Amino acid sequence: MSKVTLNQGAVGGKLANRVINILLVLGCLTIAFPLYMTVIIAFKKPSEMTNDVAGALGFPQAWSFDNFAEAMRVTDFWHSLANSFLLTGATVVLCIILHSMAGYLIGRKMAKRKAFKAFYYYLVSGMFVPFAVLMMPLVKQTAQLGIANRFGVILLYVVFFMPMNVLLYSGYLTNIPTALDEASCVDGAGVWQTFWNIIFPNMKPMHATVAVLTAMSTWNDVMTPLVIMSGTDQNTLPLAQLNFQTQFGTNYNLAFASYLLALLPILIFYIVCQKQIINGVVNGAVK
Amino acid sequence: MIKKDAWSKNEKIFLGLLIPILLLFFCFNTLPLLKGFYYGLTNFRGYGNYDFVGLRNFADLFHDVRVGKSYLFTFKYAIVMTIAVNLISLVLALGLNSEIKGKNTLRGVYFVPNILGGLVVGYIFSFIFTYILPAIGAATGIEFLSNSLLGSTRWAWVAIVIVGAWQGIAMNTIIYISGLQTVPEDVYEAGMLDGSTGWRKFKDITLPLIMPFVTINLVLCMKNAMMVFDQIMALTKGGPSQSTESISYLIYNNGMSGGQFGFQSANAFVFFIVIVAISLFQMTVLGSKEEQL
Repeated sequence: MSKVTLNQGAVGGKLANRVINILLVLGCLTIAFPLYMTVIIAFKKPSEMTNDVAGALGFPQAWSFDNFAEAMRVTDFWHSLANSFLLTGATVVLCIILHSMAGYLIGRKMAKRKAFKAFYYYLVSGMFVPFAVLMMPLVKQTAQLGIANRFGVILLYVVFFMPMNVLLYSGYLTNIPTALDEASCVDGAGVWQTFWNIIFPNMKPMHATVAVLTAMSTWNDVMTPLVIMSGTDQNTLPLAQLNFQTQFGTNYNLAFASYLLALLPILIFYIVCQKQIINGVVNGAVK
Repeated sequence: MIKKDAWSKNEKIFLGLLIPILLLFFCFNTLPLLKGFYYGLTNFRGYGNYDFVGLRNFADLFHDVRVGKSYLFTFKYAIVMTIAVNLISLVLALGLNSEIKGKNTLRGVYFVPNILGGLVVGYIFSFIFTYILPAIGAATGIEFLSNSLLGSTRWAWVAIVIVGAWQGIAMNTIIYISGLQTVPEDVYEAGMLDGSTGWRKFKDITLPLIMPFVTINLVLCMKNAMMVFDQIMALTKGGPSQSTESISYLIYNNGMSGGQFGFQSANAFVFFIVIVAISLFQMTVLGSKEEQL
């Protein structure tokens, strides 16, 4: 995968690569600029925001954390953060448990039994159903069942991510030889024990992929909590940004401090497990 | 299937464990889809009593100006997004896959937009469109920039494409990179002997071999773009004068609070069929172009 230079003739290739390198570094500015602006504005005082470009983009006179403290108070930051963690954490755990099991149950039998093949296609075809299509009936349904709350949102996530995750898990199952199941059976273990003791631990790489994909979609999702939990006082981090727009008013420094706070957890997560995240996303898309 | 081979005990246990999961899926995915179709046959406003109106909502969809506009906007957005995002990310991926310094860091940086939430990114860009670009326009005397893109019925959709692309490119680039890595080195070397370099090398060797990844990217990008919601919510709320109202946003806005529960349910159901049709179409057309090595 390396040594592409071989193909381009050493001298011309080197120059070309140098140029590509410079262009790519310059291109990073398009990524960096909005983030830079967010940080700068978040640290400024409203009085420093003049109408020219420098007013918005120049360094603040003093780096003060006042905006962040105020933003935390206005948006009830810790509460929203806790909710985001709760929803994401519970969804990821439930998805890994339920979807790996569904993937196993379907994947192992689908070659032999048409019924299981049909179940497979039934679940996986759910990928074509956008949330916007189910939104209105689900709002009614969760209200009738009394689960128009955090629990309902978690439940909906578990159902909504099922098609994708079952596809991933049952696909991964081909890497786990059926001989393992059989050996476990000979030892007298039932299906349940076989799954938990043998299959589940062997699915570890796929658990990582599923965890990353599920966590990112849940953490950043706005629509589901917006329509399902609108009657409760609960916010997730992104939802809080939406619901407190009016309170930010024209105080952009306060708003950007709040945006930065909302972006920080996932940025930190990305910096810590960048490799797993990128692998997870690629696996999820390519499989 | 041949009925005579009876299910073993083992298979029955598998089925028994699977059924609760299938039921859960049915109750919160298939059932609401069917209910949506049912609501689409009524004049339900979201509250109170309602009557059956047959297929009237579905017929009305095709005459409704606002629905028509939202489909037009969504398709325009999705097609432009899909083309722009895939062209840019293919070029980026080729660059990031060549022999360069700091390759991993650069790849890491280019992926950042993908992990950020669309709503907050939308708010940040909203400030750029409303204050930074007009300020630059005023400073440089470029008339076009001096008014906010978001305030213009002609250009607001471009602003949404820019934000969507800023985020979408990250994802597609990383998939193209993993596609380029599957192309074995000796294929290029063989191609070199035949004298293919530069554009020819890309067109004749690289592109056919990464076609499966092109398929994935086109389908994913189109599907995500068709469902655009967060960016609209943050940037324009469908405005100015409904010029950037996506289908998802219209369903949310008019269905949830506009008293059009039944009508928008019909809209949602048609939207579902459109999404399925597009995805199937893309997969059959592009799937036939894939080449195996």
